[in-house]
Amino acid sequence: MTLSNATDRGPLFFRDRDWHPPAYTPGYKTSMTRAPHRALVALGSTLSEETGPAFGHDMLGELDNNLVMNFTGQPAIGERIIMHGRVLDETGRGVPHVLVEIWQANAGGRYRHKKDGYLAPLDPNFGGCGRTLTGPDGSYEFLTIRPGAYPWPNHVNNWRPMHIHISVFGTGFGQRLITQMYFEGDPLIAKCPIVNTIGQDRAIQALVAPLDMNRAIPMDCLAYKFDIVLRGRRQSFFENRKEGM
Amino acid sequence: MMQGLDYLKETPSQTAGPYVHIGLTPNALGNPGIYPQDLGLSPIREGARGERIIITGRVIDGAGMVLRDALFETWQADADGIYPGNDPRGAADPNVTGWARVAADFDTGIWRLETVKPGRVPFPDGRLMAPHINVWLVARGINLGLQTRICFEDEGAANAECPVLARIEHKARIQTLMAKRTGPGEYGFDFKLQGENETVFFDI
Repeated sequence: MTLSNATDRGPLFFRDRDWHPPAYTPGYKTSMTRAPHRALVALGSTLSEETGPAFGHDMLGELDNNLVMNFTGQPAIGERIIMHGRVLDETGRGVPHVLVEIWQANAGGRYRHKKDGYLAPLDPNFGGCGRTLTGPDGSYEFLTIRPGAYPWPNHVNNWRPMHIHISVFGTGFGQRLITQMYFEGDPLIAKCPIVNTIGQDRAIQALVAPLDMNRAIPMDCLAYKFDIVLRGRRQSFFENRKEGM
Repeated sequence: MMQGLDYLKETPSQTAGPYVHIGLTPNALGNPGIYPQDLGLSPIREGARGERIIITGRVIDGAGMVLRDALFETWQADADGIYPGNDPRGAADPNVTGWARVAADFDTGIWRLETVKPGRVPFPDGRLMAPHINVWLVARGINLGLQTRICFEDEGAANAECPVLARIEHKARIQTLMAKRTGPGEYGFDFKLQGENETVFFDI
């Protein structure tokens, strides 16, 4: 692989942990025993976080970003949608050639996972995962079906809103992020304890993808746009010098 | 009115949830047919230089339960302390990819990582950090991936000089980052998410 420009190697912007969900969020019950009790040890980034794995097109199959067709070659049942957007960093620059992976339930809200016992049936033609690399401007695109809502055992009658899980890499391991995309107008968003682990409403809105009629294909599929923002990188090379410590 | 700082905000994190394997390790889950193989099966290839090591362990919650749905990724330097890819200091051992995706066993919760012991990497001020493997851990119930490091108990001198370990105010907690030698080339390491002997997690 080739080295990208030097600004892809600078120190990482600090993470705003009041913007992200905190670890301990009792409304989401599983977090109660999986949240560290001790304070995180804070540190500026080092080479260990500023470097990261790179992925090439040679690992991708032709249908990897097409969840409608990539399981059996026969189309999955459901509402056909394009999910597209850009991976940016906090300075607004597109992040090219990074790996975006998604996974989701089928149109009935059932996951192809041995631990999911929900009574909605599996779709024999839907596997539920896809992956792609961003283009030179950070753009990405998937074709999939809109996932259904599904119940989960948290409070007695909790239902997850329709959502697609997203895993994204930056150019540094410290930018690694997993999140979930929700759909414009879904009334379950406001009721979801996982969504509401996030304290600020503006942050929640950042996870809601608007309907994008401009990218819909008539008589074929609708579209939703979802931009993903990763931690930025500083561009100064004068900090951190030994004599400055 | 002054100018605004027009930075974007990082996309907020959400938990990976219970079904993260569908997306990240579908073949290990038993969903073959989409990708020929899962990514991150090994951080090294045959011929990687350095000491071959195997680390095994568990991820344990605050109630003492072993997680069987945890997944983590590791990122490490080669035996000389160079990172593959975008390390500004030069090229790493071509047989070290440095990155692995490790899922706990669905039945036992035990995970296993086979790699080479990484060399020392400089801290931004030039001092050397102890040999370490960077870890990013996700699971149901974890709202934002947890960052930590696996260090090695048999690297006493390097550990004593490490500027990152030195940041840990409660010295008794440093041992929570130490892989314990269990045999020739073999180490054990448990992640304790909460409570007594809770693993040190970083905000880096």
